[in-house]
Amino acid sequence: MLATMVGNLIEEVVVQLLRDAVTTLPPDVVQALRRAESRETSEVARSQLRTILDNIDAADRLAVPMCQDTGVHVFYVTGPVDASVEESIRSGVARATEEIPLRPNAVHPLTRENPGTNVAVGLPHIVHYPTDDEFLEITVLPKGAGSENMTALAMLSPADGISGVKRFILDTVVRAGGRPCPPTIVGVGIGGTSDLAVSLAKEALLRPLDLPNIDPELAALEDQLTEALNLTGIGPMGLGGDTTVLGVRVSTAYCHTASLPVAVNLQCWAARRATARIYPDGRVRFGRSPFDP
Amino acid sequence: MILKAPLSEEEVRSLRVGQQVSVDGTVFIGRDEVHMRALELHGQGKLLPVDLEDGILYHCGPIVKRDSKGWKVIAAGPTTSARMNALEPDFIREFGIRAIIGKGGMSRPTVEAMREHGCVYLAFTGGAAVLAAQGISRVRGVEWLDLGMPEALWIVEAKGLGPLTVAIDAHGNSLYEMVEERVQESLPAVRLRLGL
Repeated sequence: MLATMVGNLIEEVVVQLLRDAVTTLPPDVVQALRRAESRETSEVARSQLRTILDNIDAADRLAVPMCQDTGVHVFYVTGPVDASVEESIRSGVARATEEIPLRPNAVHPLTRENPGTNVAVGLPHIVHYPTDDEFLEITVLPKGAGSENMTALAMLSPADGISGVKRFILDTVVRAGGRPCPPTIVGVGIGGTSDLAVSLAKEALLRPLDLPNIDPELAALEDQLTEALNLTGIGPMGLGGDTTVLGVRVSTAYCHTASLPVAVNLQCWAARRATARIYPDGRVRFGRSPFDP
Repeated sequence: MILKAPLSEEEVRSLRVGQQVSVDGTVFIGRDEVHMRALELHGQGKLLPVDLEDGILYHCGPIVKRDSKGWKVIAAGPTTSARMNALEPDFIREFGIRAIIGKGGMSRPTVEAMREHGCVYLAFTGGAAVLAAQGISRVRGVEWLDLGMPEALWIVEAKGLGPLTVAIDAHGNSLYEMVEERVQESLPAVRLRLGL
């Protein structure tokens, strides 16, 4: 009911979310990049990070997308959802593609036909979690292909344990090298089914870099992985340096007793995300990551 | 140092990995589909709509907007060059490219083709799309727009496009391979840190 009442509002909000996401970075990401630039010991790496920071400033100033790969669009929606919400999101994406503009990235997987709107079968990808809230909360994660193409899934044996998980994460980051536009944020999903592990890895990217994992053991694992991955020397853009990752975000789910799925979803330095909460009276609250309940 | 297109072999061979440069003059923007179509046409003995000889190729799928005054580049950062690994050695040899701008580097066969022909790989910071657009003063033309905006062959005029790092030179050196070697050497310490 909320949805039908505020259909146009949802479309407006989606355009605004995409504009915020692609033209400015969340403060936690900018802060992490600045800190990295001040700490780098390699001249080439410092120059890469300076170029990134200059580019972020220029995009913000000119209100244009910071990266030409404005991604395909993953939406996370909580609250009362009916079919019209999905329709409003889809029309919001098409409008944003024209108005901002976004690059028309959505193509048929085999014919490569491009409808030019970023709206087609399966895209934007909308994940819905039903809640009893009266408000609707929408988070968008525009995902570029450079980092998305490095996604990896392993169905480990339970006997591989935490060592197997760490080894797989390290191998994935090393194999990706400079291709996912490091410094990256490493999204990790452990457990679930194969598809759930991949979803968890991506959704883990929504947690800001300055918000520690609520599970102390996972928080320690994230810190250990961050430190270790930065010892690889891959560096910004794979040109060498001390900053390969800005952080590691781990999410878990229970899994089959005979399974240990682990998925890695890398996020380039342009870690774009934006959230809005729409209340039944039409008020809208904007932010850069899902709000606390 | 400013490189002005078209480039001579001598100029290109004087460059060494690690150097920082910027680019002026005509730049051809093309990625996956441009490589495929160009090589296909060439294989059929047909001419391309542009002469790429001694030119600069930019691996990029730009956002370009058309208004009353024509095309304008909005955002144009580099794309992942590795996707062109299989096609690039032929592309360099057949069309006589002297410099490729991209990100993430290219594989050994391309490094070899660059060494043989006299061609360099210039790394541009991935995602630095607004700075790149500021280094492109105008769009001179577009071909093969049927491939879609990101995949079309754009011909643009660069002015101060950069900063670019010479990451593969015309002497067989690749900064990426050097980093990769150091990464491999680092792995025992990394594993130790992870308790592996």
